Amino acid sequence: MAEVDIKNYCLNFGPQHPAAHGVLRMVMELDGESIVRVDPHIGLLHRGTEKLIEQKQYLQAMPYFDRLDYVAPMNQEHVFVMAIEKLLDAEVPIRAQYIRVLYSEIGRILNHLLNLTTHAMDVGAMTPICWMFEEREKLMEFYERVSGARFHAAYFRPGGVHQDLPAGLADDIMAWTETYLSVQDDMETLLIDNRIFKQRNVDIGVASAEEALAWGWTGPMLRSTGIAWDLRRSQPYEIYSELDFNIVVGNSGDCYDRFMMRLAEMRESVKIIRQCIEKMPSGPVMSLDHKIAPPRRALMKTSMESLIHHFKLYTEGFHVPEGEVYAAIEAPKGELGVYLVSDGSNRPYRCKIRAPGFAHMQSMDLLCKGHMLADAPAVLGAMDIVFGEVDR
Amino acid sequence: MTDKAQIELGDAIAASLENEVVSTEVALGELTITVRAERIQKVLTFLRDNADCCFKQLVDLCGADYPDRSKRFEVIYHLLSHQLNQRIRVKVATDEDTPVPSVVDVFPAASWYERETWDMYGVFFADHPDLRRMLTDYGFQGHPLRKDFPVSGYVECRYSDDAGRIVYEPVKLSQENRDFDFMSPWESAKYILPGDEKADEPADGEGK
Repeated sequence: MAEVDIKNYCLNFGPQHPAAHGVLRMVMELDGESIVRVDPHIGLLHRGTEKLIEQKQYLQAMPYFDRLDYVAPMNQEHVFVMAIEKLLDAEVPIRAQYIRVLYSEIGRILNHLLNLTTHAMDVGAMTPICWMFEEREKLMEFYERVSGARFHAAYFRPGGVHQDLPAGLADDIMAWTETYLSVQDDMETLLIDNRIFKQRNVDIGVASAEEALAWGWTGPMLRSTGIAWDLRRSQPYEIYSELDFNIVVGNSGDCYDRFMMRLAEMRESVKIIRQCIEKMPSGPVMSLDHKIAPPRRALMKTSMESLIHHFKLYTEGFHVPEGEVYAAIEAPKGELGVYLVSDGSNRPYRCKIRAPGFAHMQSMDLLCKGHMLADAPAVLGAMDIVFGEVDR
Repeated sequence: MTDKAQIELGDAIAASLENEVVSTEVALGELTITVRAERIQKVLTFLRDNADCCFKQLVDLCGADYPDRSKRFEVIYHLLSHQLNQRIRVKVATDEDTPVPSVVDVFPAASWYERETWDMYGVFFADHPDLRRMLTDYGFQGHPLRKDFPVSGYVECRYSDDAGRIVYEPVKLSQENRDFDFMSPWESAKYILPGDEKADEPADGEGK
């Protein structure tokens, strides 16, 4: 028989594929069932966040950050208020810093719970998502009790947090940490030694430490290649330097490593949550500088000056001195940064959001090349992509 | 790193790259160097490979628009050195017509960031292997993060039952875009009233 020249097959993965974690379109070139080239087309969820922020006052711009990575909203708010505080040179009360860390770690568990279980679902395991979403629901209840909203909290403010913890909340969070780990143990028994799960993840999507650095990886993706780099330890912010926790580092840089590391990171987060509640001092939760933080309602009833401050803050907003800063935090997905330029007015002149998922998404071609088509969802799942932050 | 150490690092870089570096600055605890746009590849290669720098990771690359300047765009590179635990910001200036050399060969991560900057600002990157739009719609016109681009954009899309497909139409705002200027009257833009014969006169203190 004459030899037939077989052309590579071109396949559109998404933009409405359930394993694409949102709206991702990947144009794949396939040789039989193995991937030759992946070209991710992102931007289908682009909402122009950066342009909108330039039109808003600093405080009005803050809630946009909840809507970036909507899986761990408060972590995103954190980086923006940190950038503003750096420009303002504002002090944050110690109690507010503890509350911020407490909720950042709750956000980290929220994020990892969603990522791990959807990753498991992408490779065929249905049960974990049903079990763990119950825990997520409890955590979102903690969000709701402190801010009034399950997702879009708008709770972190320049100079502190909006309100103090309501009575009894700290005890309830503490009680949750005592029961949660056994639920996680149950979930782990379903997956970590499971033959199918390991076949789908071990040695899939492997990258070396050099590749990880060159492609701008951060967070668990970077640490899975064996580089011990976590901003909570290496460039500590808030009160992380006073807490006792470990940085989880992988060694083989494959999807299974990333999965196992996120499990371990949740255990560390539980440790941090417990320490925060134990060590949390009493005191104010918002800066007492009323040029940036509004006065308490009770004060406004008696003090004319407080009334003026309140009026000014909620009409004109506060002015931020001229300058530019880059603030970064260790978000659940990696380094989330904000490059903020102020021209001295009450609106940001330029606000660039550095999303960790953007850099990770870019290396999809690197990670998928040579793998089977069915490995693409596993690689994508272990990357922890949320399109809110990639597309902005 | 302390401010002093950062100033020293900045001076050392400026001394090694005296033809490339225009200025160095340490402000708010962050080191910024401004370099000549056409030499950016050499600067980033030096920062990556020099044993005293080791900025092995390109964390971020973005643009910024300053319409008042003769070179209106800035391209800003944020690098991170894990060895020194230090960040550095590298800036270059350019305009609509002058391309900036692409740094994809130095940091592969730059590829998408440069595409995004091209998309958002229209800064052209020379020798970029694949300079397509990144975040905006297929067939989008204009560069939305430029300061002269309106927030509402120029076109809106909807599904048309008649045409049986998505159609693009000029933006119709049922209510004018409300942009409140809450700045206090002593600081904000000068409003010149029509027929105000005193508008050009210098302010004569308190008495009005």
